Amino acid sequence: MIPTSFAYHQATSVADAVQILAENPDAKILAGGYSLIPAMKLRLAQPGVLVDLGKLDDLRGISRQADGVHIGAMATYDAIRDDPTIQELFPVLPSAIGYVGDQQVRAHGTWGGSLAHADPAADLTAVFLALEGTVHVVGAAGERDIAADDLFIDLWTTSLEPDEIITDLVLPIPAAGSVAGYKKYGHPASGYALVGVAVRLDLDGETVTNARVAITGATSKATRSAAAEAALTGAALTDEAIAAAASVITDGIEINGDAFASEEYRAHIAGVLLKQVIAAARG
Amino acid sequence: MVASTENDLTTRVTVTVNGVERSADVEPRTLLVHFLRDQLGLTGTHVGCDTSQCGACVVKVDGVTAKSCTMFAVQADGATVETIEGLATDGEFHPVQQAFWEKHGLQCGYCTPGMIMSSIALLERNPNPTEAEIRHELEGNFCRCTGYQNIVRSVQLAAERLGQSGQAGESAS
Repeated sequence: MIPTSFAYHQATSVADAVQILAENPDAKILAGGYSLIPAMKLRLAQPGVLVDLGKLDDLRGISRQADGVHIGAMATYDAIRDDPTIQELFPVLPSAIGYVGDQQVRAHGTWGGSLAHADPAADLTAVFLALEGTVHVVGAAGERDIAADDLFIDLWTTSLEPDEIITDLVLPIPAAGSVAGYKKYGHPASGYALVGVAVRLDLDGETVTNARVAITGATSKATRSAAAEAALTGAALTDEAIAAAASVITDGIEINGDAFASEEYRAHIAGVLLKQVIAAARG
Repeated sequence: MVASTENDLTTRVTVTVNGVERSADVEPRTLLVHFLRDQLGLTGTHVGCDTSQCGACVVKVDGVTAKSCTMFAVQADGATVETIEGLATDGEFHPVQQAFWEKHGLQCGYCTPGMIMSSIALLERNPNPTEAEIRHELEGNFCRCTGYQNIVRSVQLAAERLGQSGQAGESAS
C-alpha cells in the first residue's frame, strides 16, 4: 500500500518545524512513524507535508531537572526503558514499555509521539496520567505547558494546536513511599489494550495519601477514575479497600463495547487489573 | 512553504546497504522496502502484511531493526542498512542463519528474512535470552507455518553457539 503524495521536510530545529507547520495547514509531524505511517498507507491520514523530527537529537535527551525528570519528545521507548534515571525513579516505565507494540515499535516509537497521536488503546497515555506528567510544547504563539489531565480530548484528539510540537515530557519526582504500576489485558491478536490500568499511590505507611488511577483501551481517551481514586485516598491499603476501589473503577466513565469485548466485560477486567496492579506495585 | 511534490517528484537518496553505497531517486512516499526491492533489486527483504504487523520486511537501519514498510526511504538517507543478503560471508551462513537451517526454523520461508534479522538484534541486546524473552522480542514477526516452536529452538541454538564463540555482541553488526 502506498500513501498519497506529500512533500518531505527534514526539520533542522524546533523553530524550523513550527514554521513549516504554521505555513502548511495540512502538515503533520513525523516522529517514530509507527502510528502515522501505517495510517498513511491505509490513507486514513493524507498529510500534504511531512515534517520529520528524526534528526533533532536535542529532543532525545533524558535528564533530571529541578521540576522533575525531562524526557525529550523524540526519546524512543527503548531509550526510556534503558535509562538509569528512569529505572531508578520510575520503575513502572520499563515494565509498562514491555507492553508497547513490538520490538520495532519500541525501537522507533516515541512517548511524545504517542501522546500527540492519542490512540485510545495506547498504553503510556494512561501511565502519563497516573504519573501526573506535563508536556512542554512550542508553537507559533510561543511555549506553554499542558498537564496530562488537559491533554487528551477525544479519540486521536488532543489540546495541541496544529502548529504546536511537544518538546519535553516532564514527570514530577515521586514522593518517598510512592508506588506505581501498569497492566493491560491486550487483544490476543493485535496486542492493543482491551483494557489497561495505570496507578500511582502515594503512601504514608499503609495509608494512601493520594491516588491516581487511569484507564486506557476501554474508553475514547485515556481517562482517570475519580471514583477509584476517591475510594483509595485516605484509606488504609487493605484488600477490602482495594476491592472497594476495583468495584467502582468505571463509575461515571463511558466504557466502550465492541466485537472484541462488551462494555460489561471491559468494566469487570478494569477492576481485576486494578487489584493486580496494586498487588504487583506493593511487591 | 515546502516545495510541492507535484513540481518536485523525486529526491536523491543514498544509503550504504550491506557495505555498498547505493543511490536512487525516490518519491518522498517511497517506502524503504520498495526502495530496497524495486530500485536496488534486493528482494530478500519481503513484503508480508504491509500494515506494520508481520515483520517480514525487518532490516537494520544504523544498527537498529526497523520494519522497512514503516519507514520512508528519505528517512534512511545517509544511513547504513543491513539486509538478509548481507549476512553470509564467503559462502558461509551467519550463525543465526545456520541455526535456522539446522533446527528447521521455517517452513515456507516467507517470514524468515525478517525473523532472522530480528533474532540477530535480539541476541545482540540479550545474548542469553530465556524462552519467554525470545517469544516476547519476536512478537513483531509473524510466522504462519511453524507455530514458532522451531524458531525458538533456532534462536536458542544460535545463542548457545554465539556465546561459545564469544561473538554474540558483535557477530551481526
